Amino acid sequence: MNLDFSFFTADVFSSFVLKGLLFSVSLTLVAIIGGIAIGTVIAMMRLSKKWYLQKPAIIYIDTFRSIPLVMVILWFYLLIPILIGKPIGVQLSAFITFTVFQAAYFAEIVRAGVGSVASGQMNAGYALGLTYAQSMRYIILPQAFRNMLPVFMTQSIVLFQDTSLVYAIGAYDLLKGFEVAGKNFNRPTETYLIAAVLYFVICFTVSRLALRVQKRIQIIR
Amino acid sequence: MKVFAVILVSLLMLNVAFAAESKTLKKIKDSGVITMGVRESSGALSYTLGNNKYVGYHVEICEKVLATIQKNLGLKKLEIKYVPVTSQNRMPLIQNGTIDIECGSTTNNIARAKDVSFAVTTFVEEIRIAVKASSGITDIAGLNKKTIATTTGTTTVQTLRKNKKATGLEFKELYGKDHSDAFLLLESGRADAFIMDGTILAGNIARAKNPADFKIVGDVLSVEPIAIMLPKDDAEFKKAVDEPIKAMMKSGEIAKLWDKWFLKPIPPTNTKVNMPANENTKAAWATPNEKPMEEYTVKN
Amino acid sequence: MLDILKSFEIFLQDTGGGETYLQWLLQAWGWTLAVSFAAWIVAIIVGVTVGVLRTLPNRYIAFIGNTWTEIFRNIPLLVQIFIWYHVVPSLFLSLKDLPSFALVFVGLGLFTSARIAEQVKAGIESLSKGQLQASLALGLTRTQAYRFVLLPQAFRIIVPPLTSESMSIIKNSSVAYAVSISELTMFAMQAGEETAKNIQMFLATTILYAVSALAVNEISKLIERRMQFKTSRVGAK
Repeated sequence: MNLDFSFFTADVFSSFVLKGLLFSVSLTLVAIIGGIAIGTVIAMMRLSKKWYLQKPAIIYIDTFRSIPLVMVILWFYLLIPILIGKPIGVQLSAFITFTVFQAAYFAEIVRAGVGSVASGQMNAGYALGLTYAQSMRYIILPQAFRNMLPVFMTQSIVLFQDTSLVYAIGAYDLLKGFEVAGKNFNRPTETYLIAAVLYFVICFTVSRLALRVQKRIQIIR
Repeated sequence: MKVFAVILVSLLMLNVAFAAESKTLKKIKDSGVITMGVRESSGALSYTLGNNKYVGYHVEICEKVLATIQKNLGLKKLEIKYVPVTSQNRMPLIQNGTIDIECGSTTNNIARAKDVSFAVTTFVEEIRIAVKASSGITDIAGLNKKTIATTTGTTTVQTLRKNKKATGLEFKELYGKDHSDAFLLLESGRADAFIMDGTILAGNIARAKNPADFKIVGDVLSVEPIAIMLPKDDAEFKKAVDEPIKAMMKSGEIAKLWDKWFLKPIPPTNTKVNMPANENTKAAWATPNEKPMEEYTVKN
Repeated sequence: MLDILKSFEIFLQDTGGGETYLQWLLQAWGWTLAVSFAAWIVAIIVGVTVGVLRTLPNRYIAFIGNTWTEIFRNIPLLVQIFIWYHVVPSLFLSLKDLPSFALVFVGLGLFTSARIAEQVKAGIESLSKGQLQASLALGLTRTQAYRFVLLPQAFRIIVPPLTSESMSIIKNSSVAYAVSISELTMFAMQAGEETAKNIQMFLATTILYAVSALAVNEISKLIERRMQFKTSRVGAK
């Protein structure tokens, strides 16, 4: 079998792939921002000593961490319309699913991040007359987030790769863009290879960036 | 003037009659809006051109039906809201009233008829076998010890299972995640046959690099009446939908619609599905009915 | 309430092929576990090997190990599976007859091996450099030093991350349905369509996934406890 990549012109890229790339990137960004926001709240609940805050957080985290993302995508797409009484598009459904799902993973990262800050800092906060919430807000979390930055970035790479799973509900993501192009030009072999290269370039760049950030943080610490 | 009043009164009475009996018609009349469930890619039956524009054989039939309903209800304007549904959520959405009418590719069978209602059958799909023209396979018996591709999430998988049991043939199944994936299995030689709805096979062959490499062979494995899906227990609404469809069948308009979507080039790529209406479909047009799948028999 | 319970009777219905949906569900679970287990073996063997190679002083070997990890880590699993399924057999025709089961577990195993290699490398590097030097000074060869000194300690450190990778394998095995393995996710989609009872089918599938992941978690906890017990006894001597 000889490979022929000549069909893959800039025009093919912009008319098939670009739309999917934009969707995958925006899905990743929305899920990171939303996931970190919800994830932080859940991590705080998880760290709380009150059972009625802690228990729901544990259930939330454990549930989403033990179900495959594909199943969660299918569930949300089935249930949201039945619950709210009107269908939502595949794209909106994906945004909601990814945010809620990622929140469970980010919650665990935030929890580990808080644990990475020396416990003496919390006591120091109390000694200064700050409440628990204030110490968290002004002393612990800012440092925790700085320590977590590389892990956030690594998790974002996983997240970006996972956007390819929206094929289960037929959303048009980066991989779908390549697939459609491959089918239209009857060059599936070549398009899968190009897809692999593009994913690699994007993810590898971000992972190198994460490494640099990590080194800088180690210097600060 | 007197004639006018009579017409007005009778129209009003008609409306009252509708309003009293049909929840759906009342909703349409009160809001001036109807929500139509459509599919994103169900062959030439119902598919999207992008930008929230939906077309296809069933979509066009529905639009014509709704135009008649609008006239009968005396509405100046009837706004059609198009809502894409999937095979997973179309039933719940019609049951909870999110969509008023589904114009996709739903098979009328007994299990579904418990929860929803169907308009008269507008098309009878036949499950067929596509093979490579060079393979020498001519019927299902030729598939013994061969590999067969089909698509996950379709009733064909079940049909295949039943056939396997009934005929005692031995074959291996491969499942594509969508129709074009399953066709790729046939094209790449991983599978010896692709078994699916005849229209889908014809459409995929028409789009192939070299359509002459493939052909549809053998008997019909199963037939499935496809119909427009409606809410259950709303006889008045069903009548309002059925009447214009029956009129189209009688006048031959429906045959013209068939030609438009299945024999002539269609957007967006301007390729032809190239599938003449089969005998079962023509029979359904000649004597409109809502027989479920179970009442059709296949000659083997 | 009774209606809800009754709706699960669907599992006792015949699929048309001479078995019930319940039997099919259990078979699908078997496929999920089989793919996961086979992939796990590949992932552990390859992952540990590559992880160790990456800590060796030879720059070329370390480079190969690093490249391996970066390639398998930075391409989505689904793309990798498609490449194993559609691309590799079209380049090497002899692989065409390989069953998709083999392609999937190798693909999933290699994908996970990159993550395990990363954990193993980090585990070994977290030990102080003195350990290796002390072992070499005692006259152990480098192989012996890894076998008897470094790896046993590294493994204790990496059991928790290995647990989460093992749980991930079960979850990630759901991509196998894209290449025609009748595992749980395919069952959910197919049986849901056939019976028009998506919620019941999804629920059963989800519970089986959760049970599997939970079982892995419990087994790992057991292993973790055992390992800790052993060390504390050694330390007490």
